[in-house]
Amino acid sequence: MTIYGVALLALAFILGQWVGLLLGDWLGIQANVGGVGFAMIFLMLGKEWLVQKNQMSPEMTGGIAFWSKMYIPVVIAMAASLNVKSAVSSGSLALIAGIIPVLAGFLIFPWIMKKFHPRHHG
Amino acid sequence: MDKLVELIGKNGLIFGFVVIGFVFIIGDILSKTVFRSKIPGSAVSIFLGLVLGYLGGLWTDGEKGISDLSLFAGVGILGGSMFRDFTIVATALGANLELIRKAGWLGLVSLLIGIILFFILGVSIAFAWGIRDAASLCTIGAGACTYIVGPITGAAVGASSEVIALSIAIGVVKTIAVTIFTPIAANKIGLFSPESAMAFGGIMGTSSGVAAGLAATDPKLVPYGAVTATFYTGVGCLLCPSLFYLILTFFF
Repeated sequence: MTIYGVALLALAFILGQWVGLLLGDWLGIQANVGGVGFAMIFLMLGKEWLVQKNQMSPEMTGGIAFWSKMYIPVVIAMAASLNVKSAVSSGSLALIAGIIPVLAGFLIFPWIMKKFHPRHHG
Repeated sequence: MDKLVELIGKNGLIFGFVVIGFVFIIGDILSKTVFRSKIPGSAVSIFLGLVLGYLGGLWTDGEKGISDLSLFAGVGILGGSMFRDFTIVATALGANLELIRKAGWLGLVSLLIGIILFFILGVSIAFAWGIRDAASLCTIGAGACTYIVGPITGAAVGASSEVIALSIAIGVVKTIAVTIFTPIAANKIGLFSPESAMAFGGIMGTSSGVAAGLAATDPKLVPYGAVTATFYTGVGCLLCPSLFYLILTFFF
């Protein structure tokens, strides 16, 4: 049943956001702290548990997969609902902060492979 | 025509799906023609979304982009925090625990190094631009991670809409940069094995950029890069508005 997948996702979402709110409260920040990250962990654990019990049908997976495929369209809608006009005034910052760290990532990558994966070249 | 406008007003979210579908078609066509598939359709579409947001601000002087026009209010619902967080959580489905166990140590290390590297550089560059408050610095540092971590962090730490929009723009620039530079740099940095693809996904993070960049390098590497990249946004959402923000508040 497709709805089981959607319901599992929704349950993980609610529980994760709840943990995020509780953590925010505990840290004294008036905000949701990592609720999305917790929800992702709950979804993966829930999915794994159901897979082991042989209860994860393809239809159920489909109920989650649909929403995961909707994330780029939602990001487009989010981009279209933001105050871009004001952000444009700092346009060069967006370019610099977007590109410089990527170049740094390419520079550090061979070092990480050598340092943490020594069998890589062997 | 009045009836149609009234109908759309009552079914805003449904019309939002139509609008975004239309934006995606244009993004896809531009990607295939103008950019000769060098920039993925999703990245072009996100930029088009930002253009719509800009036009909305220009026409209405509001703060919510195109959704300030009553006809496009549904785009605001679709792009609001509820659908945004829900769909991002759903992407965890793509992370296969067995593959992650195999990536193990290397994946985890590269994930943490990647997030810390991008966050610190993002914050440093924002600092160099004269930004001094912790919430804005944190949001821009998070935006340097991905265009998802940025707005989620911004919402959590209470950054302004302008800074959140900026963090998305930074994340989109990053996605495009990773997409373009990956096939160019792949040979020089030794990106050819599944293990290296997993480490690469961990360092770069941006799922669409990593997937598109690896697809242009070697399609076989795509799932390995995606499996760690999928975690990047989740771990980033966990660390940026919590630990990293707390650390920043000690200094600012």
